[in-house]
Amino acid sequence: MGLSVIANNFKFLIVQGLIGIGPFIGGTLRLAIPAIVLGFLLGIFVGLARLSGRAGIRLPATAYVELFRGVPLVMVIFWIWIIVPRLLGLPIPEYGVALTAFVIFEAAYFGEIVRAGVQSVPRGQVEAATALGMTGTKTMSYVVLPQALKNMVPSLVTQMIVLFKDTSLASIIGYVDLTKAAQIVNNREIKPFQLYLFIAVVYWICTYSMSRVAQRLEHRRV
Amino acid sequence: VSYTFKWSVLWSGESGHWLLQGLLTTLELSVLAWILAVALGILSGALRTVTFAPLRVAAISYVEFFRNVPLLVWMFFWYFGVPPLLPRPVQDWLFNHAIEFWAAVVALGVYHGARMSEVIRSGIQSIPRTQFEASLAMGLTTFQAYRLIILPVALRLIVPPGTNESLNLLKNSSVALTISVAELTFQTRQIETYTAKAIEAFTAGTLIYLALCLSIATVMARVERHYAIPGLISRAGGP
Repeated sequence: MGLSVIANNFKFLIVQGLIGIGPFIGGTLRLAIPAIVLGFLLGIFVGLARLSGRAGIRLPATAYVELFRGVPLVMVIFWIWIIVPRLLGLPIPEYGVALTAFVIFEAAYFGEIVRAGVQSVPRGQVEAATALGMTGTKTMSYVVLPQALKNMVPSLVTQMIVLFKDTSLASIIGYVDLTKAAQIVNNREIKPFQLYLFIAVVYWICTYSMSRVAQRLEHRRV
Repeated sequence: VSYTFKWSVLWSGESGHWLLQGLLTTLELSVLAWILAVALGILSGALRTVTFAPLRVAAISYVEFFRNVPLLVWMFFWYFGVPPLLPRPVQDWLFNHAIEFWAAVVALGVYHGARMSEVIRSGIQSIPRTQFEASLAMGLTTFQAYRLIILPVALRLIVPPGTNESLNLLKNSSVALTISVAELTFQTRQIETYTAKAIEAFTAGTLIYLALCLSIATVMARVERHYAIPGLISRAGGP
């Protein structure tokens, strides 16, 4: 069925599109990896803020989570792509737009996972830490979070896979990721079936290996 | 930074009409895709539990492949990739009947069908095997056991994750704008293009999505409470 189109453009699709080395600003991995790390870090703060005893911290965090979980990601990307530069009066490069949108959006989802993870740690652990004379911050960082993190692993990996797939939406604003690279090649070659099926397989290999690693991690801790 | 607000752009001219059209298209697309997703989800979810290996492998491959690839790629695949392979008369018919809309329905439905399959399977598997054995011991046939015992319980267990997944489908329908389906996000951008009033246009679109999602979530939370099985559903305030 004519796979030469894949062979001829393999380097462009993988090196430029997937990894991000080449003439264009792009790369699925170059966007996905920082977005996962930063989104998770912000998510920790959001999740802890949602559990705060002070309403002044808890309510804004709850509103944040409800807002971003009730809106499509595409909408958030457009907010940051079209509106924020207008308010700031300066243009933001595609990479900055995409990274900001993903971090803000996914932090709401990561926040919910962190909250559920912290809530899964038995109350007695906090009481024991307090009885040992630990401060609130110390209890959180030495006792609660390490245990919570273990319980979170399955949902965290699921969310990371979701984020990895979501990065394809960065192609809407012209960021040259794997999806955009396939579009560029297709505009020249007009072989949509082969090209889109090929990148589907590449995405699948990445996400499937992520889920396999997660399964292995889970078995090891049991 | 100076930005003059002019909220009246939302109800003067064509904007109100566009937003309404967009909302209707979003709902139409989501409902049709949801029906396809649930049908595929039930079919593949059930096939994954049968003993005949080829059927089971086919169902597992469908689920694992389709849910692990971005929806946007499936949109392009079904819109650009598949139609040229169809027979000429079918192609002509499709091009005269909003091909982008049907491609979006198939892309959304097949993608979320794979995700629904997981929801349905875990619902069925969470019912202890002994329930099924007990029904057989009471003299029910396999079909009766599924119809009277397993499915009524499984369906109630599926309500919370099923709602979540349905809301995901609704939000994901916005990806259809990439293949120029005139749904809500597409219309929001159109208003922005015509009026140059970005904040007003995107606020309107965002609020409509929020209202849709929150009202569906509220209604389903009531349904969930009504059908909850004491001791079986533990979702008090959970994600």
